[in-house]
Amino acid sequence: MTELILRDIGILTLVSVVFAIILVIAQKVLNNYGILKIRINKKRDVEVQGGNTLLSSLADKQIFIPSACGGRGSCGACKCIVTEGGGPLLPTEKPLLTKQEIEGNVRLACQVKVKSEVQIEIPESIFNIRRFRTRVTKIEDYTYDTKGITFTLLDPDKISFKAGQYMQLESQPYAKMKQKVVRAYSISSKPQDETSFQLIIRLVPEGICTTWVHQYLKEGDEVYLTGPYGDFFIRDTDADIIFVAGGSGKAPIKAMLEDLEIVGCNRKMTYYFGARTTKDLYLTEYMQHFESVFPDFQYVPVLSHAEPSENWQGRTGFVMPYF
Amino acid sequence: MDISAFVLFWAAIFTSNILLTNFLGMCSFLSVSREVESSFGLGVAVIFVLTITAGLNWIAYHYLLVPFQIEYLQYIVFIIVIAAFVQLLELIIERYAPALYYSLGIFLPLITVNCAIFGVSLFLVIRDYNFIQSIAFGAGSGIGWLLAILMLAGIRSKLKEKLIPAGLRGAGISLIITGIMALGFVGFSGIVAVQ
Repeated sequence: MTELILRDIGILTLVSVVFAIILVIAQKVLNNYGILKIRINKKRDVEVQGGNTLLSSLADKQIFIPSACGGRGSCGACKCIVTEGGGPLLPTEKPLLTKQEIEGNVRLACQVKVKSEVQIEIPESIFNIRRFRTRVTKIEDYTYDTKGITFTLLDPDKISFKAGQYMQLESQPYAKMKQKVVRAYSISSKPQDETSFQLIIRLVPEGICTTWVHQYLKEGDEVYLTGPYGDFFIRDTDADIIFVAGGSGKAPIKAMLEDLEIVGCNRKMTYYFGARTTKDLYLTEYMQHFESVFPDFQYVPVLSHAEPSENWQGRTGFVMPYF
Repeated sequence: MDISAFVLFWAAIFTSNILLTNFLGMCSFLSVSREVESSFGLGVAVIFVLTITAGLNWIAYHYLLVPFQIEYLQYIVFIIVIAAFVQLLELIIERYAPALYYSLGIFLPLITVNCAIFGVSLFLVIRDYNFIQSIAFGAGSGIGWLLAILMLAGIRSKLKEKLIPAGLRGAGISLIITGIMALGFVGFSGIVAVQ
């Protein structure tokens, strides 16, 4: 009886193995498209192994198209223009593209497979995304739980970004935390500084990366960051600007104001900074100095939990009713 | 079973339609029947896979399972054969017929888990068909499935502008329509019996 069962299991395993081998061989033979060329923005060529998706082929060549879902075709972040060699639009892409995008040859890089020479167009800013080796050169205490950290670039030694974009910081293992994590923080310094940048990081209770930054990171340490990412930056129009950001959210606004101070700006601007108590306020005088820099700028801190003992003279409650 | 393959073929389309009388292959039937075009693509893929897997599983049954007396493993072996075949087919089409791949190939992974395919393989064992009958039954069932999904897709595309009670929209009304179509197909049942 046992022998019979073993024999049956053996046959079944054999059948499965035979099919698996056939499929592996087929995959090797049929999915081998050789080395193919991807032409980017009509001027840059990269050579990749064919048969993979555009997203992963480009990532192999250090060109990082943004992708939030990891290539499953559910987020639609990896849109790029494919002018040649992308094949017909796939049903997996259709739901994530608008009619105009479809007419404009916009495709999802995670769905398009590289099977022939491909021509694509991507924003130049994507080439800017790099992994930077940096040294921590300054740590400032802004409040009891918020620090400003300045990173000086080692390799590459220059960065080009727009005020409002963010970097991804890689933490190192510490204490009981064995794994590295990657977290995003907005750049808080002006883009005109090409050799260094600052991040403002507030301690999150139990936060893996912020705890590391606040309790383990020292001046002189070497740290890795990737970026710049994001499209949170000021558009060139004449509209009034309302900035709303509390806590470490001041970081990108600070970068924008410092940038505008250099390039000049006549637009009407108001910055509402929401916080709980006076202990959470920081860089207040620095923010107020922008009121004399721009023709029409106002810095409005608003406290929601100010104690009577703090003797707060400014606005109270939440920021929304003040717009 | 002594029934001619030709009769079996027509019977599989009309009198014992795999979908409307056995209610197999319902999930993709309901989810892909929104547009006639994609329904047709899926239906053609089903015909192709059904016909070939019916033949393959007939061979697997009579030349592997029966000689070793392991008929009780038919469920597992049939599924492995279907899955491996669909995978292989997808690779081949993607490589050598890109145009076909974009119209049919994308539906192939859906078909691996379509119970109509598996159901046909089981029927041909239960009803003791020979090889030719199996192929005819497979092809007929596939065409029957295509017919059913095309009808539903056609009706559903007409329904788009119609007022349907909110609770019935989508799957609800589709199931009711499928039921009425199945009733309609009962009319064919007197012509020939295969069960």
